[in-house]
Amino acid sequence: MDWTYWLFGTLRWSDFPPKPDLIATFAASLVILAPIAVAVILTVTKRWKWIWNEWLTSLDHKKIGVMYCVLAAAMLVRALIEAGLMRTQQAMANVGSPVIGADHFGELFSTHGTIMIFFVVMPFISGLINFVMPLQIGARDLTFPFLNAASLWLTAAGAMIVNASLVVGKFSTGGWSGYPPFTELAFSPGEGVNYWIWALTLTGIGTTLTGINFAVTLYKERAPGMHLMRMPLFCWTALSTSILMIFALPPLTVATAMLALDRYAGFHFFTNGAGGNMMLYANLFWLFGHPEVYILILPAFGVWSEVISTFSGKKLYGYTSLVVATISIAVLSFTVWLHHFFTMGQSADVNAIFGIATMLIGIPTGVKVYDWLLTMYRGRIRFTPPLLFAVTFLFCFVVGGLTGVLLANAPVDFAVHNSLFLVAHFHNMLIPGTLFALIAGYMYWFPKVFGFRLDERWGTISWFLWSGGFLLAFMPLYALGLMGAMRRTSMFTDPQYTPYLMIALGGAGMILAGLAALGVQLFVSIRRREQLAVPVGDPWDGHSLEWWSPAPPPEWNFARIPQVDGTEAFTAMKRDGQPYVPDPENYEDICLPANTGIPVMIGVAGFVCAFALTWYIWWLAIVSLVAMWALVVLRSWQGEPMQTFPAELVRKHTEEWLERARAATPVDRFAENAPANRGLAEPIR
Amino acid sequence: MTRARGATILLGAASLLSLSGCAQWPAQGLFAAAGPAADLQRQQFLIVTALVALVIVPLFIGLPWVLWRYRLRGGRGDYRPDWDFSRTMEFLIWGIPVVIVAVLGVVLWHSTHKADPYRPLAASDQPPIVVQAVALDWKWLFIYPDQGVASVGQLVVPAGREVALSITADGPMASLIVPRLGGQIYAMAGMTTQLHLLTNRNGDYRGMNTQYTGTGFDQQHFTYRAVGPAQFSAWIARARSGPALDAARYDQLAKPSKLAKPMLFGAPAPHLFELIIAKYHAEGDTLASLPPPGVMTTAKGMGAH
Repeated sequence: MDWTYWLFGTLRWSDFPPKPDLIATFAASLVILAPIAVAVILTVTKRWKWIWNEWLTSLDHKKIGVMYCVLAAAMLVRALIEAGLMRTQQAMANVGSPVIGADHFGELFSTHGTIMIFFVVMPFISGLINFVMPLQIGARDLTFPFLNAASLWLTAAGAMIVNASLVVGKFSTGGWSGYPPFTELAFSPGEGVNYWIWALTLTGIGTTLTGINFAVTLYKERAPGMHLMRMPLFCWTALSTSILMIFALPPLTVATAMLALDRYAGFHFFTNGAGGNMMLYANLFWLFGHPEVYILILPAFGVWSEVISTFSGKKLYGYTSLVVATISIAVLSFTVWLHHFFTMGQSADVNAIFGIATMLIGIPTGVKVYDWLLTMYRGRIRFTPPLLFAVTFLFCFVVGGLTGVLLANAPVDFAVHNSLFLVAHFHNMLIPGTLFALIAGYMYWFPKVFGFRLDERWGTISWFLWSGGFLLAFMPLYALGLMGAMRRTSMFTDPQYTPYLMIALGGAGMILAGLAALGVQLFVSIRRREQLAVPVGDPWDGHSLEWWSPAPPPEWNFARIPQVDGTEAFTAMKRDGQPYVPDPENYEDICLPANTGIPVMIGVAGFVCAFALTWYIWWLAIVSLVAMWALVVLRSWQGEPMQTFPAELVRKHTEEWLERARAATPVDRFAENAPANRGLAEPIR
Repeated sequence: MTRARGATILLGAASLLSLSGCAQWPAQGLFAAAGPAADLQRQQFLIVTALVALVIVPLFIGLPWVLWRYRLRGGRGDYRPDWDFSRTMEFLIWGIPVVIVAVLGVVLWHSTHKADPYRPLAASDQPPIVVQAVALDWKWLFIYPDQGVASVGQLVVPAGREVALSITADGPMASLIVPRLGGQIYAMAGMTTQLHLLTNRNGDYRGMNTQYTGTGFDQQHFTYRAVGPAQFSAWIARARSGPALDAARYDQLAKPSKLAKPMLFGAPAPHLFELIIAKYHAEGDTLASLPPPGVMTTAKGMGAH
């Protein structure tokens, strides 16, 4: 009997640090030291109880939203550093001094892609929707608050699995798409691909549940009078994204489960030979993967709609047009997956049909761009950092659209498929399109979340660094791709590439500086929080309901649920009368779900289960899986414990807010960034 | 307006960068196309760019104009906060993209058929040279069944003769491209794909695998060498004098390794290419017409059956 295997699976001392190279050892020590540092800080400041009671066990959609964003921010730092390391490697290797080995490079592009998509953009999106959407539709929480917390902790567990691979063993080198047969045991033995599979499985389940939760909330929890065509556009994009999550994530979960069966149980779904066929995987993966692209971009479109409309001081142009375009994109996104593999040898008819379907998506997307331009037209545009990001987005996004239509053309795709041109294209869509929207959304809604604005000067600096960095880092990649430079290459040996690679390296450095500027902005703003405070809650003269609440909003969001009569509910309130008039008749007890530690425990058990499966520690996998199941059963026995906020408390809190609103001086848009802005807006005349 | 100035500098730098990029456009890749397949790809690139520019250029002009005219401080435009619809604009912003995509759709339908990698490129009186390519970790094996030779890391063909490639893999999926001549198509174990390449100009063209297959992937290159007819005959003769590519040598070659320098083999094993494919098929699968894979029993993959 091999006791070591029964107890520890394939895990051995040699899988633990120190790592073979210095950079990997450094990264591993960061993963170990960061939680220790957090624990020390919590202990010294005596905040363990606080973080457990106020945050980790909370079912409040606002706090869950913030925790999603914190997770995304932490993972963003890691994935950006990895990107910088890859740029350094390619630039330096081409002039003869590589900094890392080919194997390490393979891990880097795999973790970079996996993290950016599944553990930066997806959680960031879930976080923003979580915070903003219920406030925008006038709801007190999501329909399923417990499920919401469970989704968060499953996603966090997935992210921690990817981080664990920095310390224990190695990650996959199969890229974010994990194409077999390369990821089969024959070519990728060991734990790497296992880590990838189980990280995706955890977050895949979490995201599917999140999609269901968002969609049900949007269908069932809207304030009276807010029928679908009166929802703010961000909610429409949230709804489209949720539906895409529900339908697109299962093919991924199925594909990775089948790959797991191949690797663990000797199945032959995608192996070379024995009836396996990797083309099945390619179809399943992209049946998920293409809608995924729109899961990432649609909420960003929602953010842009809010930001552009608010900072132009104007109603959104073409609301119906934008809704139709959003839904069209969501539907069409399921009809184009084959354009990810025009080069697989199918007939020209098939390629042409999928090429045309792909170009069709360009129509509603083009419409959106012009809708935003027309929203600014006849407005009063304020060049705040979110709007500056929006301007960069509009300029860059159409360039990305052009290269997208180029890639939809099979003959062109044959030439640049798998090249840096493709890499430049999707970064062109995802950085100015999605990431800039997330940053803009963060700056836009931050005052609502924490009660004070973010420093504008550092925001502008950050915008400059991000925009310039993006252009410098990715425009050269277009050129390199057209020159025949292929993606995932650890080492080029062509002197003609050197200037382009060097410029791209400079761009990557500038992006990292942009990230640092965001950090400085947060630090400076926290220090100046008294000056930047906006307790009344409407710093930007907002249009939708989330601005009609104190900043930060109370746990119950709204003391009374408003009646809605149009697309811009808060604008209507501000025009028709007094949004800040007390309503002494209408205070009542408000019941919301009580805190519970079960979702965190489900997440921990999920992490342990995934880790045990990765290393074939079967007993531990079974124990933790049973634990997850038992926790769910336990919760079902508990029912849904509630906490009650008595009417008197609600009255007191609300009247304090209204008192602040009456005491505050309204500021016009010229004084938006002055300390005088306490969150009471005077519209532009 | 420091921010506006910042934006101007940024945009200026970007356009300078792209201009300097054009000025020293290198002798590599699509824009150094040296054959009809790549020519068609480049031409499509330009057509699509020109048509899509019809949508992009108005934005590049309109956005700065709107930003300037409707800025809060000092903008001269009228302010109409409730203006949110115009039938004319709706018609234009939906209509123009629809027309452009319709035109692009027709163009794409024709070009996709014309650029089908399975389709011969030119109606030449000379028959194409048949070459069977096998993606191995991490090198390319080219078998010339009609000439009875095989080559690793080098694809030598007479200039002006079309090459009809049948492609498979004996290992993870790879993808074959010669950027200046055309491509690309996947190489998958147990399956064949096809690609046609042609150039009229003598010279060396870089070919490669574009699909990550492990640590040696970035060295999985080959040279597509277009030579005169006499040189080609001489090369074939030289190859024939090389060692035979029998099952044992093939198995050695198929093991993951990086290629130090190109190799030449005379006399590849009969039906080598078909057998490499057949070993991934269980008995009773579709390749019944092939000879039984007896020669190749030592190869990996058989054990799985």
